[in-house]
Amino acid sequence: MSTISNLFGNTTARRGIGSLIGFVIIWHIGAMIDDWTGYDLLGIGLVPPPGDVFAAFLGVIPKAGYWMSWVSSFSRVVTGFLVAMIIGIPFGLMLAVNRYFRGIFFPPFEILRPIPPLAWVPASLIFWPTNEMSIAFVTFLGAFFTIVINVLGGARSIDISYLRAAQSMGATQFDLFWKIVLPGTLPSIFTGAAVGMGITWEVVLAAEMISGGGTQGGGGLGFFIWNSYMGGSLEQIVVGMISIGIAGYLCSSAIRKIGYYFMPWRRLF
Amino acid sequence: MVKKSQKKEKTGALSIKNVTKIYDPSGVNVKAVDDCSMEIAGGEVCMIVGPSGCGKTTLLNAIAGFHSITEGSIHLDGELLCGPGKPKAEQSAERMVVFQHGALFPWKTLQENVAYGPTVQRAMSSAEALDKAGQMLAEAGLGQFIKKYPGEVSSGMARRAEIVRALINDPKVLLLDEPYRAMDALTKQIMHESLLETYDRTGVTIFFITHDLEEAIFLGDKVHVVTTRPCQLKKTVEVNIPRPRSFETQSSEEFRRLLEEVNEAVHEEAVKAFQAGEREMA
Repeated sequence: MSTISNLFGNTTARRGIGSLIGFVIIWHIGAMIDDWTGYDLLGIGLVPPPGDVFAAFLGVIPKAGYWMSWVSSFSRVVTGFLVAMIIGIPFGLMLAVNRYFRGIFFPPFEILRPIPPLAWVPASLIFWPTNEMSIAFVTFLGAFFTIVINVLGGARSIDISYLRAAQSMGATQFDLFWKIVLPGTLPSIFTGAAVGMGITWEVVLAAEMISGGGTQGGGGLGFFIWNSYMGGSLEQIVVGMISIGIAGYLCSSAIRKIGYYFMPWRRLF
Repeated sequence: MVKKSQKKEKTGALSIKNVTKIYDPSGVNVKAVDDCSMEIAGGEVCMIVGPSGCGKTTLLNAIAGFHSITEGSIHLDGELLCGPGKPKAEQSAERMVVFQHGALFPWKTLQENVAYGPTVQRAMSSAEALDKAGQMLAEAGLGQFIKKYPGEVSSGMARRAEIVRALINDPKVLLLDEPYRAMDALTKQIMHESLLETYDRTGVTIFFITHDLEEAIFLGDKVHVVTTRPCQLKKTVEVNIPRPRSFETQSSEEFRRLLEEVNEAVHEEAVKAFQAGEREMA
């Protein structure tokens, strides 16, 4: 079993590394093609080649400001996301299991839901006392609606046979909720979390760009990109973009790991 | 459970009297079951055969307590389950359902699934329940799979485990709703033998819905052919083939004769159902 999974892991790792190398080579060719041919190809000649970006990366790594951007973006994402999970999961479950609760809270929820999180930025900048709080609030909104909708949908689509079987065997309402509805909803909770996490990164970046990223130096990765743009450093823009890619990847693999831990029955898929 | 045998006094007699069920969602009066009566003796294997969508499952749902009935009554061992003044039976472990699509909890192992009933009833500690569940699964030939999740075993094994999950509650009646529908002929054969073996051991009353006529005769003491919607009892065929039965039974002359008899009755109804379907489409 372990040899099989090792083999599988190695193949996956080999493919992953191979595809990344291939991607960098294509990027390099794309970036250099106008230098080589002398033709300007639809502006892609402006893309900095991977070597330059790598050099810029090495340039920012020793700088504290770059890492501060990581820390502030991460803490905003994690704060907004965790609050969204803590409020969103029970809220979604209540919407699913209680018809009165659903009757009262679903209509306003549905009216607020289509408002894009970024539309909240100006209002929350005005409402919240600090820049930091308004960014965290907007990231919270980004994840909250997605999580609630997934939890609600997941809980409502639990096969009625499970509920009937459990009830026939003598399960109480309490048992039904904790032993059937909750585990039955877990896959949807993690789907919601994964999608919500993606949205929080989108939102935090945009919010940082718009708000100017806060005053205490912790501008975040969004502000880092914006600053690089203002400073005219193309390489550094790409460094910022790749940093976000890595950050997002770290977050989603963390969610996958946690899901793997909590849902042993899904490990086969 | 282990000591239970045919010697035990037969319980689980179902008496269905003049049951009518009308579905009336937003005023569309659909009569699913109409004045349907049948008597099922304790410890009998009773097979219900009829065209698709004729209301067989409605009847099963009424016995299980999932749905109410509109008229008539259903008694279990002389006790009223549902009837005048009590449209819906309460759900109870004395009437366990094995569902058409399978309803093992995917997030529990086979052993945890089987232990679920005694645990939620607080009839046993969870350690005892798991112990007993493991034992019963082993008896059903699933000993090596008790730690597997339902998604890891074949549909045949899952269905057998589901029957064990029902039996651990020591039900009076086992209600099966086309449990082997999607299975290939070979798996089905194994399932049938396993069910018969279980039945010979426990003597539980079995109420079994199916479309498969050979299955009906092979397993049943009686085959109740019901009409197309609304569901009514059309004909009861007694199957006097001695138990224990084996697959050789299916090539006997008596088996062939009964098959023809049931087939004739069902075919008439199937044609009616088909024509009714065409009328609705037109």
